[in-house]
Amino acid sequence: MRRVLNGNEAAAMAAKLARVQVISAYPITPQTVVVETLAKFVADGELDAEFVKVESEHSALSVCLGASATGARAFTATSSQGLMLMSEILYVVSGMRLPIVMTNANRSLSAPLSIWNDQQDSMAVRDSGWVQLYCENNQEILDSVLQAFRLAEQVFLPVMVCYDGYILSHTVEPVDVPEQDEVDSFLPPYSPKFKLDPEHPITMGAVGVPEVYQEFRYQQHEATELAKKKLVEVDEEFGKRFGRKYGMMEEYRTDDADIILLTMGSLAGTIKEVVDRWRGRGEKVGLVKLRLYRPFPAEELAEVLMGAKAVGVVEKDISMGWVGALYTDVVAAFANVKRRPLFLDFVMGLGGRDVKFSDLDEVIEITSGAASSGEVGKVLHWIGLDVEKVR
Amino acid sequence: MGGLELKEEEFFAQGHRACAGCAEALAIRLALKATGKNVIVAEATGCMEVVSTPYPQTAWKVPWIHGAFENAAAIASGIEVALKVLGKDIKPVAFAGDGGTADIGLQALSGALERGHNFLYICLDNEAYMNTGIQRSGTTPFTAWTTTTPVGRVKRGEDRSKKDMPAIVAAHHVPYVATASVGYPWDYVEKVKKAMEINGPCYIHVHCPCPTGWRYDPKLTIKLARLAVDTGAWILYEMEGGKIRVTFKPEKRRPVREYLKLQGRFAHLSETEIDEIQREVDSNCRKLGIGWY
Ligand SMILES: Cc1ncc(C[n+]2csc(CCOP(=O)(O)OP(=O)(O)O)c2C)c(N)n1
Ligand code: SF4
Repeated sequence: MRRVLNGNEAAAMAAKLARVQVISAYPITPQTVVVETLAKFVADGELDAEFVKVESEHSALSVCLGASATGARAFTATSSQGLMLMSEILYVVSGMRLPIVMTNANRSLSAPLSIWNDQQDSMAVRDSGWVQLYCENNQEILDSVLQAFRLAEQVFLPVMVCYDGYILSHTVEPVDVPEQDEVDSFLPPYSPKFKLDPEHPITMGAVGVPEVYQEFRYQQHEATELAKKKLVEVDEEFGKRFGRKYGMMEEYRTDDADIILLTMGSLAGTIKEVVDRWRGRGEKVGLVKLRLYRPFPAEELAEVLMGAKAVGVVEKDISMGWVGALYTDVVAAFANVKRRPLFLDFVMGLGGRDVKFSDLDEVIEITSGAASSGEVGKVLHWIGLDVEKVR
Repeated sequence: MGGLELKEEEFFAQGHRACAGCAEALAIRLALKATGKNVIVAEATGCMEVVSTPYPQTAWKVPWIHGAFENAAAIASGIEVALKVLGKDIKPVAFAGDGGTADIGLQALSGALERGHNFLYICLDNEAYMNTGIQRSGTTPFTAWTTTTPVGRVKRGEDRSKKDMPAIVAAHHVPYVATASVGYPWDYVEKVKKAMEINGPCYIHVHCPCPTGWRYDPKLTIKLARLAVDTGAWILYEMEGGKIRVTFKPEKRRPVREYLKLQGRFAHLSETEIDEIQREVDSNCRKLGIGWY
C-alpha cells in the first residue's frame, strides 16, 4: 500500500511490520515521532508488543539488551545526545552479539546545542560494533529497517539504521508499505539458539580475561565482516520479494566518471541532481552513495572509485584536528591499491547548515581542478562556512 | 521465625573467586536457595560479577546476565517484559552492590520501580566500592575509612551519614521493601521467598560485611553481621502498604562500640566520635521502636 509518511513514521511502520516484541526508547528531537507512533500502535492494539517507557536512553538500550537476551525481538530509536548516552551499552550489546535494531535520526552534538542535522552522532560510534546503514529517503528507511532485522538475526549483530534528522525525519514522501504477510514470509519470528532460560541456564556477559578477550573481539570482527556478504544476500532476497534493492552502495553515473563524489544519507539525492546538471554540460561527474558504512566495504568501494581521477568526499562530520571520518576510511581503502584517484574532503552541512546546489558546484569545481592539475593542494575544505563569523 | 529450611541444591557454586569470609557471596547463595532454579538473574558490575564469571567458568547454575555497572534494573526490566511476551511465568532477580544501586544505578532502579516491573532487586551492601578497591559509596557509614575518605590530619573518614536507600525505594510505593542481614539468614531467606511470591517490584537491602574492605579477620563476618543488628546499627524490617514492621528485635541492644571496635575502617575513632555514632544509632532505633532492653 502506498502511504505518505515522514521518515520517523516510516521507521515506526517498519518496526511494526517486523513484529517487534519489545520496544524501549526515549524521546529526543528529531526522533520523537518514532517513539510516539509506536506507542500509539501499541495503545491501539495494532502492535502486540511491550512498550517500555524508560527514564533514559541508557536504560532504553539496557531494556532491549535484557529483552533480546531473553529471546524477544527488540527495537529502539534515538538521536544525538541519546546515542551518546547509550554509547557504553552499544559496545555491550554488540559484544554480547545481540541482534537489536535501532534507528538513529542523525543530529549534531552539543555544544553548542543544536537539534539540527549532521552525522557526527553516529559517526562517533562507528567503532561500537554495530552494523551501520545510511538512508537516502523514507522508502529506504522502511526497507532498511526490515532488512536490518533479517541481517541482525543472521549474523548476531546489532544494526543501526541512520537517516538525516529533519531532512528525512520530518519530510513526508510517498512510501510503499508492504503487506504484513509479505513481511512475515521475509522475516521469520526470532528464535535464538542461546537465550536466558531456566531450562538451559547459561551465563551471558562474563568476564573476559586476557587469555580469551582478544578471541572474542576477533570473532566479533569476523562476524561483522561476514555481515557484508549477508547484507547483499538479504538485499537480493528483499529485491525479489519487494522489487527494491540497495546493495552496499549505489553508483550513480560513475561508469566513465573522472570526478566522483562520495557521500552518505540524504545528500545523495541532492547530489544526483547536481551530477545531472554537470553531465548536461558534458562533464564526466558521478556519485557513489555509500549505504553500508560498517562493516566498511573497502574493496568494493575501491573497485568503483579506482577509475576516477579525483574523488570528493562529501560529509557531515569532522574528526577535530584531522579530517572527516569517511575521508580517512576511503583513503585507507586505497592504501595498497596502485591505481588510485586523488582524494579531497568536503565538510559541510554541520548543525543543520543548508547545503545548496552552489555548495556542491563548488565541491565539483575544486575536485575537477585537482583532477586536471594532478595536485590536491588543500585536503580539507569547509564548504558553506561564513568566513565573516570566524574572523 | 523458626529453623532455617533450605534446599540442599546449590545454584551459586563453590569455586568462585570471592575472598574468604565474603558476605556478598553468601547473600547470593542464600537468595538462590530461596528462589530455586526457576529464575533469571541480572547482575551489575562489581565484586560478585567479577569473582563468579571468569570465562569460560561460571559459578551460576541459573541463567545469568551482566551488562554494565549501572543498568541491572533496566536489564531486569527487559527480561521481565520479554518473559511476558513469551508467555513465561518467571520473576527475574537483579543483584547489585551498593554503588550499583545507591549511586550510579539509582536512576535505572528508580525507573524500573516506577514502571512496576515484576522483579526482585537485591542490593548487596558492603558499604563501599569494593571491586575497585574500597572507595566510598552513598551507603558508606559516617566516619568510615575508605581509600577516598582517608583519615588524615584534617579529615576523619566519611563525613556524611549512610544514604537511606530502602526509604528511597519505599517512596516509589512498591509492594515490598525489606532490609536483611547475612547474620540472620532465616529472616533474609523468608524475605526473599515472600518477595518472590509478590507480584510487582520488590526490594531487599542486605547488609554484607566485607573483610577486605572493612579491615577485619574473615572469620568474623557472621559475628560482625550480627553485631550490626544487635547494636542497632543495622535494623531488620520490612515495609508493606506503607507500614514498617521490624522483623527482628535484638533481645538486648549492645553498644555500637562493640561493632565498631572489630573493624579496621573505624580504628581511628575517638571516644567522642563513637559517642556521636551511638547517638545516631539510638535515634534511628527510637524511630522504629527499638529501645535498650
Ligand atoms: C560506568 C562505570 N564506572 C565505573 C566502573 C568501575 N567500577 C566497577 S565496579 C565498581 C564498584 C562496585 O561497587 P559496588 O556496586 O558497591 O559493588 P561491590 O564491588 O562493592 O560489590 C566500579 C566503580 C564501571 N565498571 N563502570
Ligand atoms: S572485597 Fe569484599 S565484597 Fe569483594 S569479594 Fe572480597 S569480601 Fe567479597
